[in-house]
Amino acid sequence: MDFTTPSGQNPIDRLKIVGRPVTRIDGPLKVTGTAPYAYERHDVIPNQAYGYVVGATIAKGRIVRIDTGAAKAASGVIGVITTLEYKPAAPPQRQTANLFGGAEVAHYHQAVALVVAKTFEEARAAAHLVKVDYQAAPGKYDLAGEASGAKPSADPNEGQDAEIFDRVGDFDAAFAAAPVKLDETYTTPCETHAMMEPHASIAAWNGDKLTVWTSSQMINWAKAGLAKTLGIPAENVRVQSPFIGGGFGGKLYLRADALLAALGAKAVGQPVKVTLQRPLIINNGTHRSATIQRIRLGAAPDGRLTTIGHVSVSGNLPGGMPEPAVGQTKLLYAAPNREIYLKLAALDLGEANDMRAPGEAPGLMALEMAMDEMAEKLGIDPVEFRILNDTQTDPRDPQRRFSERHLVECLRTGADRFGWSRRNGTPGAIRDGKWIVGMGMAAGLRLNLLMPSAARIRLDRDGRLTVETDMTDIGTGAYTILAQTAAEMMGVPVEAVTVILGDSASPVSAGSGGQWGANTSTSGLYAACLKLRGAVSARLGLNAEDAEFADGKVRSGNRSIPLAEAAKDGPLTGEDGIRFGDLDKRYVQASFAAQFAEVGVDSFTGEVRVRRMLAVVDAGRVLNPVTARSQVIGAMTMGVGAALMEALAIDMRHGCFVNHDLGGYEVPVHADIPHQDVIFLDHPDAISSPMKAKGIGEIGLCGVAAAVANAVYNATGVRVRDYPITLEKHLAKLPRIA
Amino acid sequence: MNTPDWELSRREFVVGAAASSVIVATPFLGPAHAAGGTPPHAAVPMMKVTMEVNGSPRSVTLDPRTSLLDTLREHLRLTGTKKGCDHGHCGACTVLVNGTRINACLSLAVMHEGDKVTTVEGIGTPDALHPMQAAFIKHDGFQCGYCTPGQICSAVAVLKEIEKGVPSHVTEDLAAPMRLSNPELRERMSGNICRCGAYSNIAAAITEVAGA
Amino acid sequence: MIPFTYEKADSPAAAVAAVTATPGAKFIAGGTNLLDLMKFQIETPTHLVDIRDLPLTTINDTGDGGLRIGALVTNTELASHPRVKRDYGVLSRAIVAGATGQIRNKASVGGNLLQRNRCPYFYNTDLPCNKRVPGSGCSALGGISRSLAVIGTSESCIAQNPGDMAVALTVLDAMVETIDAAGRTRTIAIADFFRLPGDTPETEFALQPGELITSVTLPPPLGGTHHYHKVRDRASYAFAIVSVAAVLNKDGTGRVAFGSVAPKPWRIKAAEAVLPAGPAAVVSTAFKEAKPREDNAFKILLAERTLALVIAKGSA
Repeated sequence: MDFTTPSGQNPIDRLKIVGRPVTRIDGPLKVTGTAPYAYERHDVIPNQAYGYVVGATIAKGRIVRIDTGAAKAASGVIGVITTLEYKPAAPPQRQTANLFGGAEVAHYHQAVALVVAKTFEEARAAAHLVKVDYQAAPGKYDLAGEASGAKPSADPNEGQDAEIFDRVGDFDAAFAAAPVKLDETYTTPCETHAMMEPHASIAAWNGDKLTVWTSSQMINWAKAGLAKTLGIPAENVRVQSPFIGGGFGGKLYLRADALLAALGAKAVGQPVKVTLQRPLIINNGTHRSATIQRIRLGAAPDGRLTTIGHVSVSGNLPGGMPEPAVGQTKLLYAAPNREIYLKLAALDLGEANDMRAPGEAPGLMALEMAMDEMAEKLGIDPVEFRILNDTQTDPRDPQRRFSERHLVECLRTGADRFGWSRRNGTPGAIRDGKWIVGMGMAAGLRLNLLMPSAARIRLDRDGRLTVETDMTDIGTGAYTILAQTAAEMMGVPVEAVTVILGDSASPVSAGSGGQWGANTSTSGLYAACLKLRGAVSARLGLNAEDAEFADGKVRSGNRSIPLAEAAKDGPLTGEDGIRFGDLDKRYVQASFAAQFAEVGVDSFTGEVRVRRMLAVVDAGRVLNPVTARSQVIGAMTMGVGAALMEALAIDMRHGCFVNHDLGGYEVPVHADIPHQDVIFLDHPDAISSPMKAKGIGEIGLCGVAAAVANAVYNATGVRVRDYPITLEKHLAKLPRIA
Repeated sequence: MNTPDWELSRREFVVGAAASSVIVATPFLGPAHAAGGTPPHAAVPMMKVTMEVNGSPRSVTLDPRTSLLDTLREHLRLTGTKKGCDHGHCGACTVLVNGTRINACLSLAVMHEGDKVTTVEGIGTPDALHPMQAAFIKHDGFQCGYCTPGQICSAVAVLKEIEKGVPSHVTEDLAAPMRLSNPELRERMSGNICRCGAYSNIAAAITEVAGA
Repeated sequence: MIPFTYEKADSPAAAVAAVTATPGAKFIAGGTNLLDLMKFQIETPTHLVDIRDLPLTTINDTGDGGLRIGALVTNTELASHPRVKRDYGVLSRAIVAGATGQIRNKASVGGNLLQRNRCPYFYNTDLPCNKRVPGSGCSALGGISRSLAVIGTSESCIAQNPGDMAVALTVLDAMVETIDAAGRTRTIAIADFFRLPGDTPETEFALQPGELITSVTLPPPLGGTHHYHKVRDRASYAFAIVSVAAVLNKDGTGRVAFGSVAPKPWRIKAAEAVLPAGPAAVVSTAFKEAKPREDNAFKILLAERTLALVIAKGSA
């Protein structure tokens, strides 16, 4: 179906099942270890050999030769393939780095060989015997050093042809004239997804047909990517990912595990399974680029912003895209004079690409700290300052309204529920034993992106429904909300629905990315359900227009027939998808959040520990409050990491991320995370989709780190503009110990 | 990072790299290699190991290098126990050995002859959930599910460790009886990383089971 | 991990004989650090002698009021022992500040003493490291060194000893008992057990090849209040940036050692002597010879402030 006008009343609005706190239908599998992840598919194909990846030990240069003699002679080795035996793989769409093939090394730990052996132990040992000679070349690894030469670059969210500069009014004159102003630079570091399941794939060939069991957020992108890199028709590729152990953007794209498993399986003539060993993932895969962001705010003494300037520099491999860290600044606050744009520097670190809330996450780390600073300069409460500068229209185009925007309600509700009135605006005023206690808040905005999504639903003789779509559940709850959608549309309990995900043989979905998955995949299923309802009505001789599907029955006029009756002569299928028109052009569609945090800073050591957190989220209709809440608390946890500990440390001599494992790259543990509260506002968005939902998976991260950072400032009085806020950045400036 | 010292060292490295441009990979492995020692790649003698896994005796003949984790996952095909890092940095591989939780990735299978190993599959099944598993579902104590088996094995063990008087980093009084509190629970569970960030819900699940 | 053969030993004498008989052999107990390093081929034993059946698993009174701790006692068992909790609180607290419940359940006392350093360059076999390959160079010099040592270093190595338990054992004046290849036993004071890198950073411990730790003894209890404070970025499951182990007396005297600041637990008697004068005096004495890097110089201030915290708690 084409979705071109705002949705009216529809069967979802009954909210008998959608919107209810249904526990995950895949929960019993996950808690018992019986949900199968990519590397665990012993059942799918016999005779799987083990591949182990060899990564480049230099960051830039050429491979002179590779000696595989010792590796091939080692116990258990079936075969070794090297990058020199293949032409460089053409990067799939939206990707930059060459995954394998050719002599050029473009980044550290780029895959240069795969050793295939009978056992994992033999493959790992033999991988250490592959000898590679390199001709190293100097590279560029320091974003700060390259920033002055960075080039203005279009926002990838707006397309390559989009206007680079968002300029409204006369920024320079207005900023110069602003009675109160701020001009500060904020930095965010490179970050890594650190999902718990490493990239993993099993590949098997049957003639020229390839099947890959992998861990991918986007089945169709994996399929297309494999076809392109292998130079085979897409219809010859089958990809399956029923369970994915986290992704956060790191598994949006084809990675070396899948490509090398396929190449290795071809070379040795048997199925091959490959996981990227954890210490390889960070440099071999993609990461979120560091940013250097200059923000200039000007305001009238009453607190109304007159100017907003935001320029963000990020880095990537030549040909890559920038981290779109200014997107939210274009939309979050009103101000008549604006200058906002991105710059991109070429670096020779690994590929920078999407990580959860790409752009908004680091962008809000800067913008919302600047807003906190500006509120203090103006002597206005930070919550009130944001409310004062709210906008209901696109600041670039006053005719373009937001579909639904309830940021002010988020802010007011949050302030009330968090006890914001107890905050003391003077830093360092609140003590609790050795702890200095501070409160902080931030606003968040994340675009509601829309992607076409298709599904198929089948009604069987026994009345059961089976949903098939190549949608993935990366922990988001997709299995459950799709079951709820089918159950609501067809008038059956959730238990009557089977959901089959992550198979490229199924209709192509939106996949899991950009927080579009829940809204668009359920909308695609909604369209398929309408088709099935039509087929059921026709089979039963009912009027599809007024047929009501409820309680396992179909009612029309004075007739009421069990749904299963429709399939008594054979299954009925409905297949369709949702295709979005231009409602996202005519309206700004976005989710909103207000984030609140209270921290304690150890007055002796400077350690920061989070004490309380609250998010108030405006994301349209909440399809399932259980899984939606989990998305938000998980994002809040990631935000604590971004604020306080997460940073890839770059060795500027060797061009590598030094802390390339889960020991060196610290993410929050249980002890770091207090109880978290989440409040969802109830504002269904009929302009977004027939489900009236919007994205939740990323808005939960937007503003979190700034809220924590602002709380740290409120505790210490030391403004650290360089994330993460580790203790040495404020230790020397903390109050003297009595 | 832009100190004069640093700039100097970078220039030196770049010049150095260009001057002696051929670098041989992996010359920095451990002593046997550095000494050009034992040719390490002859077939190794296999070893038979017998363990009791989830209540059943299991015998398997293994390369001695095989970790307990890979023995479970690759040989016994008990894939509920997860490999998140293989280096003791995440806790996804947590299993119970003779009732005590350990990281299966940091243990050789040959060191577990005669041991009783309990994996998540031995804690409960989809049709017969352990109360901890049921509580994880009820409180949504997971998202992607990959760390979940390790979290559940740890959670079950943590309650026993408190009973046995094992202290933790946040225990105020070492001499007093151990009690489960929210800070105790969070500290003791900290060896199980959840990147999806289900911690708050996991704490709710464990608290419910502990109170029952 | 290179191939190796494996055997179990049933007595300390048999264990040392087995390791001595096979070039490239190593003892294994908990294995939590050794196996990690073997996976990277940083450690490359060709033969493993499993010592877990040795009768070194008990904690006994020494007769003079002290304790003898078998080398195979797990970290959890040691931290949970009633006498350790009562009389050697600094040790119990240091142990539970380290690693995780899972690792402490497996790691042995002897193995904990022998854990290698956590310099990120030691762990990266693509880059030079004098500990891993003597003479290859130190990548940490001029590299990322925030976590590394600020004192006791040399031009060949700036790695820190990352342990927690060892810092507590250092303030307690523990003794390490060993047996060597010839069956001789000896006792090494904890202060002499860890070596500074000098020109031979590859040798981290005062053990001879084939020498086995059999036990660790603690002198009679010191009394006083016991403290172990560990500072780190995240609240748990992380190595210390700085830690302080202290036993403090009411009169302001006491003992103090610092962790994660040096290649060994850093206890300077002259610094300890000025404890009554306060943390600044202690730290300025203890770190007089410090040669920090730009990115870890903060550790000295942090050590002072952490000691101030410990003293504040001790006098509370």
